[in-house]
Amino acid sequence: MRRALLAALIAALVVAPAAAACPKTSVGDLEDEVQCLECGVPLQLATESPQANRERALIGRLVDSCASKDEIKDRLVAEFGPRVLTTPDDDGFDVAAWVVPVAALLAGAVAIGLTARRWRSRRDGAEPAPAADGGRLDADIERYDL
Amino acid sequence: MKRLLAPLPIALLTGLFALFALLVYGLVAGGAERRAGESSQLTEGSSAPALTLPLLSGRGRRSLADYRGKVVVLNFWASWCEPCRDESPLLERWHERIEKDGGAVLGVNVLDVSDDARAFAAKYGLRYPLLRDRDGRTLKDFEVAGQPWTFVIGRDGRITAVRRGPVDDAFLREEVLPLTGSAS
Repeated sequence: MRRALLAALIAALVVAPAAAACPKTSVGDLEDEVQCLECGVPLQLATESPQANRERALIGRLVDSCASKDEIKDRLVAEFGPRVLTTPDDDGFDVAAWVVPVAALLAGAVAIGLTARRWRSRRDGAEPAPAADGGRLDADIERYDL
Repeated sequence: MKRLLAPLPIALLTGLFALFALLVYGLVAGGAERRAGESSQLTEGSSAPALTLPLLSGRGRRSLADYRGKVVVLNFWASWCEPCRDESPLLERWHERIEKDGGAVLGVNVLDVSDDARAFAAKYGLRYPLLRDRDGRTLKDFEVAGQPWTFVIGRDGRITAVRRGPVDDAFLREEVLPLTGSAS
């Protein structure tokens, strides 16, 4: 009896947090990340399309069955292919879509920094004009009455 | 030469090359997309594009080339498409009717949830082969702009008729029977 009570208590402790965390996401939360394939716009803009409504219904069923956002996206990709997501995936070749812009920004910042440093060191190290040049300049100014 | 091999010029040149490559890719990909979206070139008399897709049942694949020598009624449909509900039982009857004369109806389910599509097929008792195009890539090849959309393909693989919208008995009688050689 005591064992049964203990088992029930443990089960309640394990199941209760999981149940409390359900649903894990909502249809609205996914609507801007999922594409209406028939109309070529995110689901949130495709209010009239029957195909979009079918996608929404599938997402709704998965939300009700307590699937997480990632699980729902995986199922949508399995059903409709990767084109169903408005944002690139975060694994495989699609990672390039996230990495390349960041890398380009970093490379640009480094290039600007290096150029600025080189320019500054060149300016600081610039030699003053020799005295002969200064004399010639004064003579030119006088000659042209400047 | 030494100057060119410095890290900064190399980084800048690499960056410029990457941007240029991205620009070329964008132009090429965009151009292909635009060409696909342009007005239809696929009319009566054109050769039907190649088509190979998995069966909706999930058991194997089927190709249009498998039907070479047969008259094929190729129908693009989806379970969310309302007119498809009306024409599906008609297509099933026509499949039974033309099968013995070397004809077949071939359904291509597009942009659909597989369970919904299978439920639709069960509800309307569809026994003709049903293929599944999950992301609609064949729609571009066949220049299909909506569902339902039906092609009649002759024994030589050429398109003989196109119906944009639901088919009816008169259309099938007029376009299919002369090809199968069946009595009307």
